[in-house]
Amino acid sequence: MKQAPAIAIDVEERGTERTVRLKGDWTTAALPARQADLRSLPRDSIDTTVIDLTEVTRLDTGGAWLLAGTARRLREQGAQVTFSGEADRLALIETVGELPRPEPERRPPQALTDVLMRIGRATVYAVASLRDMTSFLGLATLTLLQLPFRPRLVRLAPLAYQIEKTGFDALPIVGLLSFLIGVVLSYQGIDQLTRFGAEIFTVNLVGVAVLREMGVLITAIVVAGRSGSAFAAQIGTMKVNLEVDAMRTIGLDPMALLVLPRMVALLITLPLLAFYADVMGVLGGAVMALFVLDISFARFADQLQSAVSLTTLLIGLVKAPVFGFVIALVGCFQGLQVSSDAESVGLHTTRAVVASIFLVIVLDALFSILFSIIGI
Amino acid sequence: MPAPPVIRVQGLVTRFGRQVIHDHLDLEVQPGEVMGLVGGSGTGKSVLLNTIIGLRRPAAGRIEVLGQDTSRLSDEGLQKLKSRWGVLFQDGALFSSLTVLQNIEVPLRAHTQLSPSLRREIAAVKVALVGLPPDAAHKVPSELSGGMRKRAGLARALALDPDLLFLDEPTAGLDPIGAAAFDRLIGDLQRTLGLTVVMVTHDLDSLHSICDRIAVLLDRKVKVGTIAELSRDPHPWLQAYFGGPRGRAAAVSNEPHTSRDGALANP
Repeated sequence: MKQAPAIAIDVEERGTERTVRLKGDWTTAALPARQADLRSLPRDSIDTTVIDLTEVTRLDTGGAWLLAGTARRLREQGAQVTFSGEADRLALIETVGELPRPEPERRPPQALTDVLMRIGRATVYAVASLRDMTSFLGLATLTLLQLPFRPRLVRLAPLAYQIEKTGFDALPIVGLLSFLIGVVLSYQGIDQLTRFGAEIFTVNLVGVAVLREMGVLITAIVVAGRSGSAFAAQIGTMKVNLEVDAMRTIGLDPMALLVLPRMVALLITLPLLAFYADVMGVLGGAVMALFVLDISFARFADQLQSAVSLTTLLIGLVKAPVFGFVIALVGCFQGLQVSSDAESVGLHTTRAVVASIFLVIVLDALFSILFSIIGI
Repeated sequence: MPAPPVIRVQGLVTRFGRQVIHDHLDLEVQPGEVMGLVGGSGTGKSVLLNTIIGLRRPAAGRIEVLGQDTSRLSDEGLQKLKSRWGVLFQDGALFSSLTVLQNIEVPLRAHTQLSPSLRREIAAVKVALVGLPPDAAHKVPSELSGGMRKRAGLARALALDPDLLFLDEPTAGLDPIGAAAFDRLIGDLQRTLGLTVVMVTHDLDSLHSICDRIAVLLDRKVKVGTIAELSRDPHPWLQAYFGGPRGRAAAVSNEPHTSRDGALANP
């Protein structure tokens, strides 16, 4: 935009009459400068003001709004104001001057009430969300319990698709992470246990830690991040596109069509992935032991057999379907909670991941307590 | 010699893979006119619009907007050019996390150095200009009806007082009364603010009531003319379009140019 002169008005006073000649651009971009120009137009003893627009190069709604506002101010103080210039421009000023003024936003006057309101809103939301989640849990459990009696409830094609997406496609990342965890555990074990000359017990450490805890935990966290978020985003986007409503209208149950395949898929894939993670984790430990301690794979296997039993493996794997259920439950629930706008898809996807990882770790802690009570 | 055209498209070619959408298409839009852009589904109306406003790169051809070749402009020049046009997307394309007033402030914030209070005042003027009720200014888009969202989108398109306004199906999804009111609003604003308007539309009533000339996308090129000229054209698509039951009904109801003098900002 062209740089207009700093002062773009020319005031001429004769007795009680005043002529204001405007020059240059009177556009939105030039508004701050123009506003300063007009501040030098007091009411004083002037009764009649003529605002001359003939030398104005450009006028837009911003400029018109400023001029109309100035005219209104002077008129309210009892002065006469007239405009002269091209008819188009006068019409624009008149049009803009007649526009209704929007109400100012009603803001709560105090920060304290603001804070209280936010706490209250968050509390109500948390309680409502807990209630909804509980009812969704009930509904999902009921649908799942029907499954053995009505196996047709879940269709094979979507189930196979979900198993591929959540299970098969997760193999590389789950494998790599578990392998690295095995390496890290083994390295730390070697570092500490060598001081007591007990480095062979590194095998016990890796075996127990990976099989009981790390394998299944890493798997659950990766799946929560990959698939829990995908469930929430997929179902959420369908919600925004009204696809879920369309399903209901046709008489299809979103629970059976959207939630069930995902839930069953995770119930199947998470134990399998966890077993795979166990293998990869132990392998990572074995590779580390071979390189650092020169413990051969055969000796590692031998020691592993004396360190862990089948129970150790099963204790880890028994948790997997529970974690899978929780991840699918939270992901689908958050997806169905999405309202009509795009922002809410992102919000609920984030919530799905955070809540499912949180629940997975809490449940893992509860399992530990349970297992220690029953003594295994 | 008339004033130079606001938009000049020369030899535009658009391809999707092997499919050619526009084949050496030429189009000129004169200052101060309302140009309707029509065509069957898949003829590339929205694609043409998106190419003119620089969202798509053409495979070949030259596009001049407001006298500047868009493909040769520097980033800064393009940025400046963008402040001189406004675009209303289908269904408004408002930023869903912002209120209507904040939506209108976005282009003002990007292209001017106004103080926050002044910016808010200017945005409020635009809210009133498009005939939105005052209490709509502080609502977020999901709280508005379809018609109000379009008006809010128009207010955002007008935020910088552009010379050129692009509208993509402005009346789609509105009821006939809302659509007529929206047409009237666009006509009034066009005359009051001296805008040049390019609108993609399927609404025959809009074409009759506010468009000065019409560009029809036919056989990968455009045919430009007034409704009267185009309805005399023997091309079968044009005959089916303007001579069909809907075309005739729209022609009859808009015969005496009545709808062009409605009050401004009157929903």
